Amino acid sequence: MEKIYFNQPPNKKVEKLNPKKETIQFLLNYSKALSIIEGKHMSYENLLN
Amino acid sequence: MKKIETITDATLVRQYLEGSEDALSKLINRHQQRIYNFIYSKVFDRDVTEDIFQDTFIKVIRTLKRGKYNEEGKFLPWTMRIAHNLVIDYFRKNNRMPKFDNSGDFNIFSVLQDEDLNAEKLMVKDQIESDVKKLIEELPEDQKEVLIMRIYRDMSFKEIAERTDVSINTALGRMRYALINLRKVIEKHDIVLTKY
Repeated sequence: MEKIYFNQPPNKKVEKLNPKKETIQFLLNYSKALSIIEGKHMSYENLLN
Repeated sequence: MKKIETITDATLVRQYLEGSEDALSKLINRHQQRIYNFIYSKVFDRDVTEDIFQDTFIKVIRTLKRGKYNEEGKFLPWTMRIAHNLVIDYFRKNNRMPKFDNSGDFNIFSVLQDEDLNAEKLMVKDQIESDVKKLIEELPEDQKEVLIMRIYRDMSFKEIAERTDVSINTALGRMRYALINLRKVIEKHDIVLTKY
């Protein structure tokens, strides 16, 4: 059945990718800046820059 | 011989909840490649992958900080599920957005292609799409992956085989079983997926 679709079987490995350093840094900064304030019936998010 | 220290995800999560930002850094560092490549294998666009990866961890951080995460030693599967849902949201949004080609000519039919659908028909159409997606969700992961790539992303089996790192025969087999299993579930539960 393989022959129906192409002549040579695929043996190309997919390159392993990583996120940008900026993205990781953004997430770490976001985490540091985010705090949750618990109210009586709700919780509030507070983002300190 | 040097002793390799392995801190479990559960410990890192607990440390993060206790205020250690370094624990989050370790968690991201540990799983970033797997999650990033998982997203990329679905969307094939570095910028979109970067956005979805970022949104995934924003959701992770918010859920953890809100104390809504139930630790069952399954941090990675939980995070992968969030990423998976965001990928589906991305495709859902894109499919519904009117598409404009870049030729400079405005094609009115690209915007008005669903004009003949009234509100009721649209609801039925949405319901069918939603039902099919739920059925697909029930498939084993490997079959689901191939089916989504083939049907929703219109990829060839050659591309699917390359992306999932299996032979083309395996990809074809997974697609076949995905359809057989879908058909079985539809028949078993007498589900009607008729458009109008």
